[in-house]
Amino acid sequence: MVQDITGGTKRAALIEKAAEEVQGRSLWQDARRRLFANKMAVASMIVLGIIALMAIFADVLSPHAYDEVYWDYIGVGPMLENSHWFGTDANGRDLFIRTLYGARVSLMVGIVTTMVALVIGVAYGAVAGYFGGRIDTIMMRIVDVLYSMPLMFFIIILVVVFGRHIVLVFIAIGCVEWLTMARIVRGQTMSVKRKEFIEAARASGVSTPNIIRRHIIPNVIGPVIVFVTLMVPVVILVESFLSFLGLGVQEPMTSWGVLISEGAAQMENAPHMLIFPAVFLAVTLFCFNFIGDGLRDALDPKDR
Amino acid sequence: MPKELLRVEGLKVHFPIRTGGILIGQYTPLKAVDGVSFTLNEGETLGIVGESGCGKSTLGRAVLQLIKPTDGKVVFMGSELTGVGAEVIRQKRADMQIVFQDPLASLNPRMTVGDIIGEPLTVFFPKMKAEERKAKVRALMAKVGLLPQMINRYPHEFSGGQCQRIGIARAMILNPKLVICDEPVSALDVSIQAQIVNLLMDLQKEFGLSLLFISHDLSVVRHVSHRVMVLYLGKVMEIAERDAIYEAPLHPYTQALISAVPVPDPDIEKNKQRIVLGGDLPSPMKPPSGCVFRTRCPKASDICAGQVPVLEEKMPGHRVACHHWGIPDAAAVPTVAHH
Amino acid sequence: MTAVLEVRDLKVRFATPDGEVSAVNGVSFDVNESECVGIVGESGSGKSQLFMSVMGLLAKNGRTLGSAKYRGTELVGMPVKSLNKIRGDKIAMIFQDSMTGLTPHLRIGKQMTEVLVQHKGMGEAAAVKRALEMLNLVRIPEAARRLAQYPHELSGGMRQRIMIAMALLCEPELLIADEPTTALDVTVQAQILDLMADLKRVTKAAIVLITHDLGTVAGLCDKVQVMYGGRFMETGSVQEIFYQPAHPYTAGLLASMPRLTERRREKLYAIPGQPPNLQRLPKACPFQERCDYVHERCVDELPLLRDVTPGHAKACHLLSLANPVSDPKAPSLKVADEARSA
Repeated sequence: MVQDITGGTKRAALIEKAAEEVQGRSLWQDARRRLFANKMAVASMIVLGIIALMAIFADVLSPHAYDEVYWDYIGVGPMLENSHWFGTDANGRDLFIRTLYGARVSLMVGIVTTMVALVIGVAYGAVAGYFGGRIDTIMMRIVDVLYSMPLMFFIIILVVVFGRHIVLVFIAIGCVEWLTMARIVRGQTMSVKRKEFIEAARASGVSTPNIIRRHIIPNVIGPVIVFVTLMVPVVILVESFLSFLGLGVQEPMTSWGVLISEGAAQMENAPHMLIFPAVFLAVTLFCFNFIGDGLRDALDPKDR
Repeated sequence: MPKELLRVEGLKVHFPIRTGGILIGQYTPLKAVDGVSFTLNEGETLGIVGESGCGKSTLGRAVLQLIKPTDGKVVFMGSELTGVGAEVIRQKRADMQIVFQDPLASLNPRMTVGDIIGEPLTVFFPKMKAEERKAKVRALMAKVGLLPQMINRYPHEFSGGQCQRIGIARAMILNPKLVICDEPVSALDVSIQAQIVNLLMDLQKEFGLSLLFISHDLSVVRHVSHRVMVLYLGKVMEIAERDAIYEAPLHPYTQALISAVPVPDPDIEKNKQRIVLGGDLPSPMKPPSGCVFRTRCPKASDICAGQVPVLEEKMPGHRVACHHWGIPDAAAVPTVAHH
Repeated sequence: MTAVLEVRDLKVRFATPDGEVSAVNGVSFDVNESECVGIVGESGSGKSQLFMSVMGLLAKNGRTLGSAKYRGTELVGMPVKSLNKIRGDKIAMIFQDSMTGLTPHLRIGKQMTEVLVQHKGMGEAAAVKRALEMLNLVRIPEAARRLAQYPHELSGGMRQRIMIAMALLCEPELLIADEPTTALDVTVQAQILDLMADLKRVTKAAIVLITHDLGTVAGLCDKVQVMYGGRFMETGSVQEIFYQPAHPYTAGLLASMPRLTERRREKLYAIPGQPPNLQRLPKACPFQERCDYVHERCVDELPLLRDVTPGHAKACHLLSLANPVSDPKAPSLKVADEARSA
């Protein structure tokens, strides 16, 4: 008979009580607990949630359409009359609804592009990192070459060839962002693959795709999640910059970048055109950064 | 007549280390394992001892083909493992398993204990239903001394000794014939080591396991092994029945090793005339010529530098690789004539 | 015998996010001149933290209660400047990991002469001479060459010897060695143990050897103190502890160790249970959950150290291991439910 760890009836009662078949406390649950204890992160999530809801229910919140021109109210400041809470732009379009529609575009670009970069980057990086050697060298050299390509140049070529279209923005930015993601995942994979539980999985006969899927990826995803939340604001900024330059979304659709561009042109006589979209952009960027910081602290491996 | 389970012949594992060259790399081989041969029978435990750099961990992994051997042959259950395809080896993994040194690091922190122990079943019995798998896992958990109710917990919620039990359960779930134990108790507290040693020996008795017990702790190895092999810088110095190695070691290195181990007995320990080896361990990239042990050996002479001593049977069932083998000085080795 | 170190009711507590954790729970002992005391314990015993606290090396979230006097001078709460005059000079410590004990970017020679210049006010030349003397004392070959080398260029065994040499530079009165040979190979360990045995004869320093390895203790120590869960379980001479253990934990440890010198292959005795979780220590005797002879009394009353024979003490309610009944005369402390053991 194998010696029982409890070794004695006196202790058995104590141990039994402590160990009903409960759900274990996973590391994710620990991290979530820590995240929600971080006040800045929680506040940021709430603010971000509000902005997102406002963007989704924009049509409910404002009686105007985003491209409707009000000839009587060209370039006016914020007023309660006619429900122009943020005022109108130089073409007489309501700024409030345009800001919210801009939010839709910016947030969508930010999130969708990042998600695409995430999927491609994780797959690419995990494969390169796990196999190492020649495969890794070749894959990473490709990344290095693509990395050295200037983003602006690439986008200008795309715009010249395909014309201005929102999807181009997704593609262009996505093509650049996945590179950094791949590098991070590769680095994380290389440190995880040395761990003994990977060797244990190989000794148990687990196939390589399953090792990458079940053992590597769940253990590298921590830093990746942090990077994702910090990448979204960067993407939004890049999109804003492109739109500012006139390379982004097509009229009459708008984004924060376009609004800021137009607002900057009218800065002296209609400052409200610049202020409102700029504030929204800044607040959104702050929120993502605070959430990213919160996630980094929550997933800190030192606590493991 | 005990049946032979594992036969290793002339196993070599050399790692090419880059030591120079600008465009084209210059490589020097790090000879981790340099020509090791031994056999292991069913139900037997072979203890493999040696200090750092002797190659014992690499040897264990090379037998299991987790590291590809540079040369030599490994024959397991009658079929060759060296020089065959990865798929053939993968099929054999159900019969040969390994328990690692660091109990917590050998478990995926993101998987539950139940999933960790049950994973080998998903590999070899993919059609098995989840309920049946869980039942098997629970039964095995009870057998290794874990409470089955803990099946949904995560590794970090367990102590070191319990983690090692999880690792042992994972190794045992497919009912292997051979289990390589790579320093299985070295990272555990002294009071827990005995629990795990007892567990391994019970499992061996119940399932007829063969164990390759790799350790630097000579006292534990004495307790668990039937035969013992002593390695130094990737080569076998001595291999014999357990009591013969401990009570009449013939190789100067074995004698020094045994004499060096501090024994928890003040009278013996305070009066011991330890054999203290001079010098440091040579680098496995530049092993000494002839006998690799000669730079530290108290009995070394000219012949040791010129000729590599062959591992030969000098006394019945007792093989030594030394030009100056012989019975040790009683005062130096506390195990001699002690019962 | 005058005491070099007198520790009275020392406690070490750490503030953690989950509340205050007690690493050391009230220990008292003396270390006399030329004596070698072994502190034996496993993880969670508090043996390392005990001396980190005496040396003022606790982490920021740790605090010390009680008293630790070096030749009458109170060390607990001493300001760092005064502590620095004693540390390295009168009391020296060597650690398990020689790579962390030595500064990686300074040459050995510089690290050694620095200590001498700082504490003894020696000139460079005199300091170098003394450093060479020490390296020879610890049997480092080619001592002069080593002075110019960096720690990473040397083997583990050599680095450990250099740590010992550095510790002995100022002729300390007390040398604290925390697991000095645990990270070393057996044959290298033999070299270091041999060296320490010789040094013991040559210097008059008192030595405290903190370790979990009973073999090392058997060879070097005169007195032994066995720790578990932050308290002493048994103290006595090395002969008494190894040949007449009076506490179930000590006896259990000795019985559970496979012996190099024995032929048997039956089951080892194994102390049941797990090492203590410092955040959930039992309220009275810390060993109760693993003890084969536990009584009702052990759960509520903390057994205090009492003499078995003069100089040999145990903290246990049992009359003796041969007669494991509760001894009505055993002094103990009733412990309330919520209060941490005082």
